[in-house]
Amino acid sequence: MEALYAVCVGVLTAAGVFLLLRGRTFPVVVGLTLLSYGVNLFLFSSGRLNDSAAAVLGAGSNHADPLPQALVLTAIVIGFAMTAFVVILAMRARGDLGNDHVDGRVPEIVLDSEERS
Amino acid sequence: MILMWIPLLPLLGALVPILASGLGRTACAWATAVLPALALLLTLSLIPQLEGSNSIQAQLEWLPALGLNISFRFDGLALLFSILILGIGLLVILYARYYLSAQDSMARLYAYLMLFMTAMLGIVLSGNLLQLWMFWELTSISSFLLIGYWWHKSEARRGARMAVTVTGAGGLALLGGILLLGKITGSYELDVILASGDLIRAHAWYPVTLVLVLLGVFTKSAQFPFHFWLPHAMAAPTPVSAYLHSATMVKAGLFLLARLYPALSGTDLWFALVSLTGLTTMLVGAYFALFKHDLKGLLAYSTVSHLGLITMLFGLGTKLGAVAAVFHIINHATFKASLFMAAGIIDHECGTRDMRRINGMWKYMPYTAALAMVAALAMAGVPLMNGFLSKEMFFAETLQQDFLGSLSWIIPVLATLAGIFSVAYSTRFIHDVFFNGEPINLPRTPHEPPRYMKVPVEILVALCLLVGIFPSLVVGPLLALASSAVLGGALPEYSLAIWHGINTPLIMSLVAMCGGLLVYFNRRNIYAFQKQFPEFNANEAFERLVRRLVAAASWLLEWLDNGSLQRYLVLMLLLWVLLAGQSMLDLVSLTGSRPQLPLDGVAVAMALLLCIGAVATVIYNRNRVVALLMLSVVGLVVSLVFARFSAPDLALTQLVVEVVTLILLMLALFFLPQRTPRESRPSHILRDLSLSIMIGGLMGSISYAMLTRSFNPISDFFLQNSKTGGGGDNVVNVILVDFRGFDTLGEITVLGIAALGIYNLLAGLRLFMPSGDADGRSWARDRYPLVLATISQSVLPLALLVSAFIFLRGHNMPGGGFIAGLVTAVALILQYMAQGVDWMKARVRVTYPRLIGCGVLLSTLTGAASWLFGRPFLTSWFGHFELPLVGEFELASAMAFDLGVYMTVVGSTLLILANLGQMTTSERPVTKEQD
Repeated sequence: MEALYAVCVGVLTAAGVFLLLRGRTFPVVVGLTLLSYGVNLFLFSSGRLNDSAAAVLGAGSNHADPLPQALVLTAIVIGFAMTAFVVILAMRARGDLGNDHVDGRVPEIVLDSEERS
Repeated sequence: MILMWIPLLPLLGALVPILASGLGRTACAWATAVLPALALLLTLSLIPQLEGSNSIQAQLEWLPALGLNISFRFDGLALLFSILILGIGLLVILYARYYLSAQDSMARLYAYLMLFMTAMLGIVLSGNLLQLWMFWELTSISSFLLIGYWWHKSEARRGARMAVTVTGAGGLALLGGILLLGKITGSYELDVILASGDLIRAHAWYPVTLVLVLLGVFTKSAQFPFHFWLPHAMAAPTPVSAYLHSATMVKAGLFLLARLYPALSGTDLWFALVSLTGLTTMLVGAYFALFKHDLKGLLAYSTVSHLGLITMLFGLGTKLGAVAAVFHIINHATFKASLFMAAGIIDHECGTRDMRRINGMWKYMPYTAALAMVAALAMAGVPLMNGFLSKEMFFAETLQQDFLGSLSWIIPVLATLAGIFSVAYSTRFIHDVFFNGEPINLPRTPHEPPRYMKVPVEILVALCLLVGIFPSLVVGPLLALASSAVLGGALPEYSLAIWHGINTPLIMSLVAMCGGLLVYFNRRNIYAFQKQFPEFNANEAFERLVRRLVAAASWLLEWLDNGSLQRYLVLMLLLWVLLAGQSMLDLVSLTGSRPQLPLDGVAVAMALLLCIGAVATVIYNRNRVVALLMLSVVGLVVSLVFARFSAPDLALTQLVVEVVTLILLMLALFFLPQRTPRESRPSHILRDLSLSIMIGGLMGSISYAMLTRSFNPISDFFLQNSKTGGGGDNVVNVILVDFRGFDTLGEITVLGIAALGIYNLLAGLRLFMPSGDADGRSWARDRYPLVLATISQSVLPLALLVSAFIFLRGHNMPGGGFIAGLVTAVALILQYMAQGVDWMKARVRVTYPRLIGCGVLLSTLTGAASWLFGRPFLTSWFGHFELPLVGEFELASAMAFDLGVYMTVVGSTLLILANLGQMTTSERPVTKEQD
């Protein structure tokens, strides 16, 4: 199970990083979201994987580690706020700059190829 | 406390010339001189308290927590230098009064001079090395201002820039050395460092420390190969040259050498670096001085040579060597200052400094000529002059050393050779300028300068003679005080007498004098020889170097900072791969010893779904709606993962956040292009792909390595105290609202700030309005479908009830303010979608920014309430109560805190989504169907 979990974290990270490196804002936002899934899963697993452990006191003797859970819970909410902020920033950038490239201007190579096509 | 006034008075004195500049030139000069004179009197008044190698201290606490104090320390060496700085400074002030022409701003020169004087005094009086360094840098800056005084001349600007670059770079190296010294000894206080010489010399960092300190010293004191800035600094007005290059600026390096002598000297490395550098500098300076036709250029190279001599004496590491070095510092300061002043007079009277044109001045200004000739003889080291005495001591010391084994005789021979050139250029100074026929084509007819312009020269020349004839009477006590401060203890036996009998040093002196005359009278041959070499222009070489450095720096900057975010990310991620990969290489085996959970079919299926979702998001990323749908598949699986591994709180949160995120991104897509253009070059795709696979692989490995290893969690504390201390069974929630409540307060504040930031970003946004989707289909005509409106209305109370339930049970069962807030937000968003923003606006009277504010305030006040009971911030309280019908229930102050969290989450989420949604409705273009 641990290996499977680690593979999932790796795939999420890889997919997130690849999208993070794209040149337009929206794929970057999507990549950021994927990456934060990966990071949240990773942080969560720092309490190690607990199969059918008790989530609250008194429901069993074997307890899951509550500390990473509390950290990840706030991370999820803050992650939402960050995604929202970045996506609105992207909108604002497109509104003010006229394009949705991450550098705020479309590289000349791209303009050339667009003209040719 | 008197001590602090010595540097403080000249600092105040910097204001005097500016205030007094309206009173006339003479009055301005006198007014400026008052404060330094006072400082000199203060310095002299401290002499009776000095005895042997003891010191007077004065300290002011500055940053006691860092061990930094404003600390002044006064001993024999500081006394000697203070006298030189203040005494020669006063003479320079007098001299400059007559030197400057009416067009030059006197106040500006005097103000700079005073600043420079303060900085120099700060160096010699500092009791703390960091403080010393600060003053050291101040001398670099104020000398920059002084050298560039005639800023309209390009050579002045260049010379100033070169000086500040070289000495500034050395200053940085010195700072490194000082920081290392501080690390080694544990203190920056001079007393501690001087007392721990053995510790420093035995330390592994000693070579690095020594090299760094010496870099600072050598650049400041113009030692080879950093000597080139000094001749170019001659573009300064002559009073400035007289001050900077005799008693102050360049002596600062020697001062530091003397100051740190007890801490750093005495090793082979010290000898090799210091004395060999000094020897080279002495030879190079003496040789090139002979070829300079510029009067000041000759003096500049002679200064370089004499600085080399003093450096070499320190480098020999013998006690007598240090005494001779201190003695020569005094002598050089007196004769070189007077020579510069004489050169200034000649320049002033002739309008040129070219020695090929200035000849026969004896006829025109015999009095000045006599003074200059005495000083030049002192420079050459002729008996009855002060220069002779210290040079004899120098020759004697070169005979004593045996560092080069059987080849040690080379050093006295080379020293004599330098002496020969020294005599030769001194002879040239005397013979070329004052005799040697008639002046050639001078701009004006020279005559004696004003009376008072000669006074400073007279005083200095008189000192040269007095010291030369009655050494032990005139300078003996001062030399003894200063030398014992340098050596930090007992003085060696030495005698300051003119006549020691016929011995080797005397013979060396005689050889130098005869050889020097011989060289001078055969100078045409040597000039012809030297002419065969291309002339090396240090200025041009330096400018070329600077230009190349700037070009290299801007190339590097453009390569790194090319304005491409993708490039920055690639570089940063690569760095991460290197760092993380490095530490993973150190790990012996990836799998740890912790027992692993067995696989099951559901888990494999879910993992497959997650991976397919993630990969599909990447593959379809150019079609943005599809990518978004794939993304939400991943999000849902992630929430299932949380549920599977015993984290119901996380599963709930993730689920609701997923909904909210999807709505947000859908709304955003309305304003962003629906498709991503195909624009990445294949090579970039390959680069990104391999980088992301590397990072994914690394993250997976780290994750696996972590999961298979056991650890000692700190969570037992939370598990044990959650019920008794926080009154709740749901430990996650108790951590959020109680144990780590302060963190949560920070979190919701950040959330609120992000929402308000978004609110402001949306204000005044110009948008591109698409009239249909990517395939050209226009938007649906039916804005608010009846079915959705009806169902959502009936769902709303239910959803709010669920939200209240989740909120209330949060302390003991999975749930809490975060989740409840998100559920409420989703329920309300549904209403917005079904009924439209305007419809909702008429019914919901809450302004969301205010809701956020109230939420944060409520949480903060709940925390602050515990102050009323004399407890720390955010101490929670709880109790159990009995109500008829309902039964026992629990009330905790954490509930109020959680309510604040709830309000902030609801307010933030709705502020973001409702505002964004409103734009889609208010700005939506009218479609054809509606016409």
